[in-house]
This record gives sequence, structure tokens and C-alpha cells, in this order.
Amino acid sequence: MKRVFADLHLRVNPKDQQTAQRIIERAAKFGYKSISIPFNTQLEIAEVAALKTASAKVGLDFVLRADFKPRNQEDLMHFLRKFRRKVEVLCIVCDDKEIARQAAKDRRVDLLNFPSLDYRKRFFDRAEAELASCGLAALEVDAKSLLVLGGPPRVRLLASLRREVSIAREFHVPIVFSSGVSDPQLMRMPRDLVSLSFLVGLGESEALDAVSINPQTIVGRNRVKLDSKFVAPGITVVREAKN
Amino acid sequence: MKRTKRRYIAVQLDCDGVPTERDLLDAVWASLTKLYGEVGASLAGLVLISFDVERKMAVFRVALVCLPQVRASLAVVTSVADVEVSLHVLSVSGTLKALFSNL
Repeated sequence: MKRVFADLHLRVNPKDQQTAQRIIERAAKFGYKSISIPFNTQLEIAEVAALKTASAKVGLDFVLRADFKPRNQEDLMHFLRKFRRKVEVLCIVCDDKEIARQAAKDRRVDLLNFPSLDYRKRFFDRAEAELASCGLAALEVDAKSLLVLGGPPRVRLLASLRREVSIAREFHVPIVFSSGVSDPQLMRMPRDLVSLSFLVGLGESEALDAVSINPQTIVGRNRVKLDSKFVAPGITVVREAKN
Repeated sequence: MKRTKRRYIAVQLDCDGVPTERDLLDAVWASLTKLYGEVGASLAGLVLISFDVERKMAVFRVALVCLPQVRASLAVVTSVADVEVSLHVLSVSGTLKALFSNL
């Protein structure tokens, strides 16, 4: 079976249509089938439509994603209530332990992202993984830091990522490997992303899953839920009765 | 002595301008050494076989046992001689004939 690759984290400002266009064209050239440019706190319908059109032109599937860095738990709940029914992928950027724990156990969260380079601010430990394994959240690993860092900071980051990947594997938490880049020059082909994930301790099939099956599963699951025929898990409207 | 199995890697350079063969090889060696150290790099048996300046395509030969390490090192390269570059692996093969027929 041919794999369908996805890069769910292309960090371009959606307002910057020119860069977004360049990124979309490159992604299509590199062989991706799905991409996502995250929105933060505001979803502009015109911008979403423009990105979807630009993606469709080059044969890409645009996934609507929202990223949020909550200040506290109320903020997180407010964001989840507001966006869950509007976007296909929802990512929580965890900078705080309490928020990371809350996000991991909430079944509305799709991705947990730990952007900090400081290992003390990366909260994906065994407790976090256990909560995530009970929920639906996956661990997102960005390749960007591996590309832009060098020397001791990269060594420390690699050590943290290897530990997190090993914990995720132990608790069967899915891993999504994304590029996380804002510069088109830093984009990599899907197979090159797989090679990079080798650095964080993923095996070949796990790495391939992290850039293909795992992101596609999240998108597929949420698209079913966002469908107008969806009632509850396992229940969909087949046809409406005629009165 | 057992023969060392090798693989040939075709790499596309994505950059403005073209770096020299020497600069490219130095950049890949530097990346490999940074990631895996001198001992690890020495096991890779990295050799630049050809460099097509017009098509911006290079072919490297590596030891099969170090193929994942070399691929990761190629993916990590972001600049060659202070010019922004990204290296994309186009194909990997056991013989040069098969490599060029795949491209």
C-alpha cells in the first residue's frame, strides 16, 4: 500500500499569502498529500478559503488546524469549547505542567506540542503519557529545532526527544512527526523527515507511520465527527425518514 | 575478508547558485561528524562519486550499515559555504546503473 504523507505543522502566517503559496507549492512538489498551516486564536474564513483553494490547485488536501498556548486551565477549556467544532486538528502548545496534564486527559485535544528547548519545561513524562494514552492526544515532534540548532543545545534536545519518544512508545501514545518550519528552505521531503526521526529513536516503520498513518488517522477521525451526519461515536444518520 | 556492502545515494541540491564539489563534501562530512562523531563518521565510508553542476545533483557512496545515519546527516544540512541549501535524497540504490535508471 502506498503511503500518503502529511505535514501538519507548516508555521506560516496565514495572512502572508505569498509565503503560504510558496510553502504549498513546495509541499506538493515534495510529495505530500495533506498539509496544515495552523491558525491561532482567530479563524478568518477568507484566509481559510484562500489556503484551501491554493492547496487544491496543486492537488493537496488542506487540513484546518488550530494551535493554542493557554495561560491557564480556564483558558484551555474556553479554547476547546470555541474551536473543537470548527477545526480538524487541535493542538495545545504546552508550556506549563498543569496545562499539559489537563490537555493530555481531555479527549478533544489531538496533539500535544512541547516547544521548549529547556528539558525542565518539557512535560512529556510517564504521567503525561499515561493520561494521553487514556485520551486521544498524540505527541507532536517538530523537526525544525533539529535543523536550526547545533552543538550542545541540539545534543540536549535530542536527549529529551529520545526520552519522550521512548515513553510514548511504552504507553502507546501515537507520535506525529512534523516539520514545524516557517521558512520554505527548511522544508524536507517526507522520506527525509523519516530520516530525521531516526535521530530521535524511531524505527523505520514507526517513523513512516509518524508522517503518514498517525496524522491521517487524526484528520480522518475528526472529519467523521465534523460531518453533518455524525450523531455520536458509532452512530451516523443514514437517511432521514419521510413524514 | 567479507566485502563491504555499499549503497549509492542521489541527492538533489535546493539552493541559489551552485556550491563547489569540495564545499558540498565538507558540509556533508561536517554534518556527519557533528551528529555521530569522528568514529561514527569514519564508519560511513562516505565518498562523493559525481556532482552534476547543471542539474545540481550529487551522488554519494556510503556503507550500507551507515545508510540511515548518512541520510539523517544529509537531511540536517542547511547551508554549504554560507549559502542556504537543502539536500533532498532522490534515490538510493545498490548499483550506479540502477540509481541512474531510477532518476
